[in-house]
Amino acid sequence: MRHTLAVLVENKFGVLSRVAGLFARRGYNIDSLAVGVTEDPNISRMTLVVRGDDHVVEQVGKQLNKLIDVIRVTDLGADESVERELALIKVKSDKDTRAEIIQIVDIFRARIIDVASKSIIIEVTGDEEKIAAIEKLLKPFGIKELVRTGRIALTRGSKSS
Amino acid sequence: MSENTRKMTGARAIIECLYEENVEVIFGYPGGVLLHIYDEIYKSDLKHILVRHEQAAAHAAEGYARATGKVGVCLATSGPGATNLVTGIANAYMDSIPMVALTGQVPRSMIGNDAFQEANITGITMPITKHNYLVQDAKDLPRIIKEAFHIASTGRPGPVLIDLPKDITTEEIEFSYPDEVDLKGYKPTYKGNLQQVKRAASAIEKAHQPLIYAGGGILGSNASEELLQFAEHIQTPVTTTLTGIGGFPTQHPLYVGMPGMHGTKYANYAIQECDLLIAVGARFDDRVTGKLASFAPNAKILHIDIDPAEISKNITVDIPIVGDAKNILASLYKYVKPVEKENRKEWLDRIEGWKKSYPLHYVGEQDGLKPQYIIEQIYEACKDAIIVTEVGQHQMWAAQYYKFSQPRSFITSGGLGTMGYGYPASIGAKVGKPDRVVFNIAGDGSFQMNSQEIATAVQNDIPVIVAIMNNGYLGMVRQWQELFFEKRYSHTCIRDSVDFVKLAEAYGAVGIRVEKTSEVKPALEKAMNSGKPVIIDFVVECEENVSPMVPAGAPINEILDLERKE
Repeated sequence: MRHTLAVLVENKFGVLSRVAGLFARRGYNIDSLAVGVTEDPNISRMTLVVRGDDHVVEQVGKQLNKLIDVIRVTDLGADESVERELALIKVKSDKDTRAEIIQIVDIFRARIIDVASKSIIIEVTGDEEKIAAIEKLLKPFGIKELVRTGRIALTRGSKSS
Repeated sequence: MSENTRKMTGARAIIECLYEENVEVIFGYPGGVLLHIYDEIYKSDLKHILVRHEQAAAHAAEGYARATGKVGVCLATSGPGATNLVTGIANAYMDSIPMVALTGQVPRSMIGNDAFQEANITGITMPITKHNYLVQDAKDLPRIIKEAFHIASTGRPGPVLIDLPKDITTEEIEFSYPDEVDLKGYKPTYKGNLQQVKRAASAIEKAHQPLIYAGGGILGSNASEELLQFAEHIQTPVTTTLTGIGGFPTQHPLYVGMPGMHGTKYANYAIQECDLLIAVGARFDDRVTGKLASFAPNAKILHIDIDPAEISKNITVDIPIVGDAKNILASLYKYVKPVEKENRKEWLDRIEGWKKSYPLHYVGEQDGLKPQYIIEQIYEACKDAIIVTEVGQHQMWAAQYYKFSQPRSFITSGGLGTMGYGYPASIGAKVGKPDRVVFNIAGDGSFQMNSQEIATAVQNDIPVIVAIMNNGYLGMVRQWQELFFEKRYSHTCIRDSVDFVKLAEAYGAVGIRVEKTSEVKPALEKAMNSGKPVIIDFVVECEENVSPMVPAGAPINEILDLERKE
């Protein structure tokens, strides 16, 4: 079972290493990790995707909460939150394939952000399935490079996580 | 912030902060990057105990903390000085002991350059500290030191490390000490949730065969008085873990001894038969539970702990109460109706029966000096000593055979199991409690791991008595080799490696050798009357085993009797 955890942390030196070290030490697996500063520059938000049963994820949350620099941990249930990931995909393309690639990009509401004579960079946003789907369709053209941000998420409605 | 600000160097500010925290002693060892701090120590009246190895500074600070309940402070230089503290810090972390470790660091501009005596000690100690700091601005010193003492001593206590780059200690700051700490991510829960307390109260009232299983948290929260009152209030037997020993009077009729691998049979039987296990400040360690799946099979589990992460970590808890043991035991006392002795008779009689049928015992002293006998004699010689131990067989015998009537009297390395812990820890304990008699019950293996500290004891006139149970073996490992490896004693024989009497004398301490039972009492008397650091080399029977024993991973009611028969 995969869980998305929103972790608010003090925006301090070493905090990422504390969190990562905790996962390594306790043997928890991180599927993805995204970190960035929040609306308050003193606070960063980490979005972690963790694999494990409810017991494991509960322990992860409790152990995270023990870190002094961790302010709050929320397990974002899939139904109550919106989740997104952003990927940049560099695909081989020439004049024969360009039109077909652009068509796929349009269908996925993705964007082309760089065009060169032999390649295109596509920016796509969505949940994991969507990114997996476009990746699958682009594969036959030849994916030269791919980078994804890792999942980020917010709870729906006015409630904060 | 206090009104008065004064200009001073970082080094001076560190000393001022320690005064503000009422630190009365620090255990340390100087070095290049600490020169300014040591210069300020020289000018101040802060007591400093110079150890002979930084590891001992950490253990001594911990021993001091355990004996006094205050935060222990140690100080070591950068690089190897700092890394030598690591074992001591890990030990304090495992046993939740409040400690502040100060380490020197190379100047800020050199950090990361592999400078001389540079080690990334905040990185190294991240998993073994409650929190740690690398000071990056001298102005932050008062806030960081205030926070460090607060974090170390509140909630579930633990070690906090502060790394001090050398140039921080020379920089001038406006000193003022903050009155409060403001940590968004750190708000320990002290008071138990009332609903949970009521649920617990009702479960306690329904139980017929309850058992209290109390751990080191009793001592951490100074709750032994509350534990005693509560246990009597509900007429419920009490078992204390290794680190909980002393949290409940050993000779109380409700006491059933230590549980687990080398616990009493009756403690283990009581756990297996109880219908409600009331765990207080204990963490279901594998040395206590044995095979988890068959631990306390008939019991509901009520768990009181200040650390929410301990709830259902190893064993699923039916009724958790997060908060301070002292507080929660006091409120349970209010919510649970008292139980009359007659109404608990059946359960208490069963326990009494087990106590009579399966007492701790050893076979007499026909063929040599028995370590268990020595520990009984230490008790006879001094009934209210602080007993510190190293790690191994002697540690278990001390836990089994000394009788404790007050808390903070048994100081031992529980979670980490650190050989070499006892002697420096006993030095720290004696510094904190100079009026108590302090024994370090040691093995000949463990003692050799930090025996250089005899010099510390002699130089600072710290009259700890070391009682070495010298069996010429790394006894606990030998015991396992005897039982599970067909007596293939691989690298556990250390016989005749050192003459401990001469070693003591070489340092200027008193050395006494005891080979016969009849010599035990006079030796103990001589040691206690000497007023000096003493090393007693008790040459004990070499293949005595710790009994009873639950093999690792077995259910705790499958117990081996290992006493030597004639």
